[in-house]
Amino acid sequence: MGSLRGRRRLVPYLLLAPGIAWLVVFFAVPTLNQLYVSLQEGTLEEGYTFTWNWSSYSGAFDTYREQFLRSIGYAATATVLALVISFPLAYFIAFKAGRWRNFLLLLIVVPFFTSYLVRTIAWQTILSDDGFVVSALQTVGLLGEDGRLLATRTAVIAGITYNFLPFMALPLYVSLEKIDGRLIEAATDLYASRAAAFRRVTVPLALPGIFAGSLLTFIPAVGDFINAQLLGTSRQYMIGNVIQSKFLVITDYPVAAALSFLLTLALLVAIVVYARALGTRTLTQAAV
Amino acid sequence: MSAALSRAWASSRNTLLGAWAVGALLYLFLPIFIVVLFSFNDNQGRFNFTWEGFTLRHWKDPFGVQGLSEAVVNSIQLAAVSTVIALVLGTMMALALIRHRFRGRGPTDFFVFLPLATPEVVLGAALLGLFLTLNVATGFWTIVIAHVMFNVSYVVVTIKARLEGMDTHLEEAAQDLGANGLTTFWKVTPPLLAPGLAAAGLLAFALSFDDFVITNFNAGSTSTFPLFIWGAARQGVPPQVNVLATMLLFAVLALMAVNVAFQRGRARRLLAR
Repeated sequence: MGSLRGRRRLVPYLLLAPGIAWLVVFFAVPTLNQLYVSLQEGTLEEGYTFTWNWSSYSGAFDTYREQFLRSIGYAATATVLALVISFPLAYFIAFKAGRWRNFLLLLIVVPFFTSYLVRTIAWQTILSDDGFVVSALQTVGLLGEDGRLLATRTAVIAGITYNFLPFMALPLYVSLEKIDGRLIEAATDLYASRAAAFRRVTVPLALPGIFAGSLLTFIPAVGDFINAQLLGTSRQYMIGNVIQSKFLVITDYPVAAALSFLLTLALLVAIVVYARALGTRTLTQAAV
Repeated sequence: MSAALSRAWASSRNTLLGAWAVGALLYLFLPIFIVVLFSFNDNQGRFNFTWEGFTLRHWKDPFGVQGLSEAVVNSIQLAAVSTVIALVLGTMMALALIRHRFRGRGPTDFFVFLPLATPEVVLGAALLGLFLTLNVATGFWTIVIAHVMFNVSYVVVTIKARLEGMDTHLEEAAQDLGANGLTTFWKVTPPLLAPGLAAAGLLAFALSFDDFVITNFNAGSTSTFPLFIWGAARQGVPPQVNVLATMLLFAVLALMAVNVAFQRGRARRLLAR
């Protein structure tokens, strides 16, 4: 009996072992290896040697501070825009859509089964100088005669907002859908105005979704380089563009690894702070 | 405020909310309309950015561009192989995390979630760093390794969500009726798992098929559908890419419809019993 129970206790570890091994070797080790690579010195031709070369870090931050700050700024703007666009949408689906709920949820996801690159290239067409958006904005005077959208900051932020919108909308929906309608009724019965009930009951109860959605939008947004590359110019390049080209074009591995390690570290701090405040459960649940 | 006025305000607020929702959905679908529309564009030059008239010629010859068919075949193979591996590893992990209480469960949960909370550019760059350090040549199998790495976490999260909603009483009932642990596992658990497996498999396949960033780091000279598009983006993406993207979208929609119909049918059969 004892050995049977002992075997049973082993079962979860045996089930976990292969997957965990895969993640340790191909996710955890590479992440730490970044630190090792970033402290190396040398060139591609002569090879790299480990020398505790911390200068990659000071150099990386001094040289690419602009791209770092721009990434944070673009990602934060896109996150706020995604929240503004998807909150009413999620609210509508959760409370007003009735039997159309699941269908509307599906509609949020369907566009993202088209390739990311194809979608973003479609935005090139939409925002192009002779496209209908530019001419409409010119007609109403929001854009000058020679004003343009493509290859501007606006286009890059719009692209990022678009591409990561479901990461905001779905967690929002999940948290709104859980709200017991009777709580809102109770608030209005107790003479709270509709606006007050919304502000003091609905929004606080939706906070886990707002936080989870914001984090799940911000993280991929801050590391994105596709939108800056396809919809912007080098003046809109973000830290992802730098890491990408340092690794694949310029092959300056130590600096590339330093940049990527810094980004990981910054996001890890953000996630741990988040997990401490709200628990990981809401986050992993919302990620589905 | 009079009652009539407040009722009027309530209904106009609902209208506004509905209009906003419709607007947001239109925004989501706008690029998709463009993708589908421009698969029929009779473009004369290399670029496919302005409408030049309707044609079916790209649909009649969806692979009529150098390198495209090879890239698509590679992508399908990569997605199939990495989906199967990720499904096996991920399902086992999800079963352990949901069905068993054990030491280290919380940290394991968090660790599995971390790859989802890391930007793709970091995942891709870090993995390439490892391959460079170990002197591994990048190609088909390094892409598989990368795709399994990020898909395992997605599979775990998806299956866990399904298993958490799943009724363990059915399995207990089977055991009460004399089935042993193993019989229960083979006869009762798989049908309960099936919808979650289907959802996770579809998601993993789609993510693998569409991945550009991580693949770009670890592909070596192997081409995939997204890598082909990226390469073509500079000289103008051929309309055949739009054709294939449209076909894929409709294939996914068809699969979803089949899945929904299947589950409805199953529910009806269960009720009819």
